[in-house]
Amino acid sequence: MPKEQANWSPYDNNGGSCVAVAGADYCVIAADTRMSTGYNILTRDYSKICKLADKCVMASSGFQADVKALQKHLAARHLIYQHQHNKQMSCPAMAQLLSNTLYYKRFFPYYSFNVLGGLDNEGKGCVFTYDAVGSYEKVGYSCQGSGSTLIMPFLDNQLKSPSPLLLPAQDAVTPLAEAEAIDLIKTVFASASERDIYTGDKLEIVVINADGIRREYMDLRKD
Amino acid sequence: MKLDTAGMESAAPVWGSHNELVDGFSAAPSFELPNTTDFDGFQKEAIQMVKPAKGTTTLAFIFKEGVMVAADSRASMGGYISSQSVKKIIEINPYMLGTMAGGAADCQFWHRNLGIKCRLHELANKRRISVTGASKLLANILYSYRGMGLSVGTMIAGWDETGPGLYYVDNEGGRLKGMRFSVGSGSPYAYGVLDNGYRYDMSVEEAAELARRAIYHATFRDGASGGVASVYYVGPNGWKKLSGDDVGELHYRYYPVMPSTVEQEMVEVTGA
Repeated sequence: MPKEQANWSPYDNNGGSCVAVAGADYCVIAADTRMSTGYNILTRDYSKICKLADKCVMASSGFQADVKALQKHLAARHLIYQHQHNKQMSCPAMAQLLSNTLYYKRFFPYYSFNVLGGLDNEGKGCVFTYDAVGSYEKVGYSCQGSGSTLIMPFLDNQLKSPSPLLLPAQDAVTPLAEAEAIDLIKTVFASASERDIYTGDKLEIVVINADGIRREYMDLRKD
Repeated sequence: MKLDTAGMESAAPVWGSHNELVDGFSAAPSFELPNTTDFDGFQKEAIQMVKPAKGTTTLAFIFKEGVMVAADSRASMGGYISSQSVKKIIEINPYMLGTMAGGAADCQFWHRNLGIKCRLHELANKRRISVTGASKLLANILYSYRGMGLSVGTMIAGWDETGPGLYYVDNEGGRLKGMRFSVGSGSPYAYGVLDNGYRYDMSVEEAAELARRAIYHATFRDGASGGVASVYYVGPNGWKKLSGDDVGELHYRYYPVMPSTVEQEMVEVTGA
């Protein structure tokens, strides 16, 4: 009798793209709002962005059920931290917490590709990029998701920041102004929607700066 | 007098499995395992799906003045370069370095864990841990996860009471003491340059240049290696980062473009 394979997989890919860009005194995090499965669109209005702390926001693409579970876990751990330390978690601290949380499921991974964005303790923008099992690094900009291979080369071209590994050390954040960075992100998603079937519908942009957090929306192609 | 240690307890054990790392560092953290009969098949599929970053060149060697450690900074997921700025030399503590090759998350997590264990050793024994001891701790942990799909090929380099120390540790639980190692997809190329130019009595500058060249040549020939060549030196006072150079720029520094004489000039063709 021929060997039978399991047809059920615990994972699914809901598509979508996320981008984050760090500036001198701001951070922009953006993601599209399309949620799909296979060739079907489940909804045009699903937010992939989650506020983890006052100055720390995470955008995740991949399997949204795992993303939801991950967000809940991090929110709960943040609440415990606040009870114990009487303050909000800083962005670099949340970055390491996320890395450890992802690695704890090393043998049954969260199918979630994350970018974390926010302001560090000095008010400078910082972006952390992750793989699905928790390896992370601080970068000037990053993108994840189905459109990442389309978006990343464009960001490299426009924002190419010197590597943080160079000696003498050079600043990784972009010299662009906040408005220019937002414009760049809108352009990037408009282009990605043209060539990636999983990216489109609406773009949600979250901007963190010294004044706080604000949210913007832009329409993308709905086809 | 009974001390009230309630305030010193770390995160409340609401989720048992997740907080074991916080409560019991002596034991290895416990991981949630998938509920499947075919563990290996599941891991194989899961790894395909998450596609951890691999492909690298790292090297380290002992010489008269200490230990020289160098690495590239490219992370590749299949054919896609996921990052050109990965930190592959991990600072475990001020006098010990670890290199990263294999799965990025595996190396990052276990080196961080090793750093914690080394610090606890210092607090418990009032002296720094030896390189021998640190590498043994790591090797034993990796051995206990043998067969579960971790991918770690690391070198632990440091300076302790016995002088410079260098060990190679991998995910099979293997641990080797040696004078020269190179790990990763670019290691054959690095070995070629390293073995050719190596002498025990080099100065720090000569050794750094040898390490830099070896990494450069590996990035030149190996598609999975590239980015920035970082060189660190470990001496009696701890480690020091000596240089971080983009390998593209190193290329033109080592092989500058010479204007060459043209034998026959090409003439512009007008019209069509």
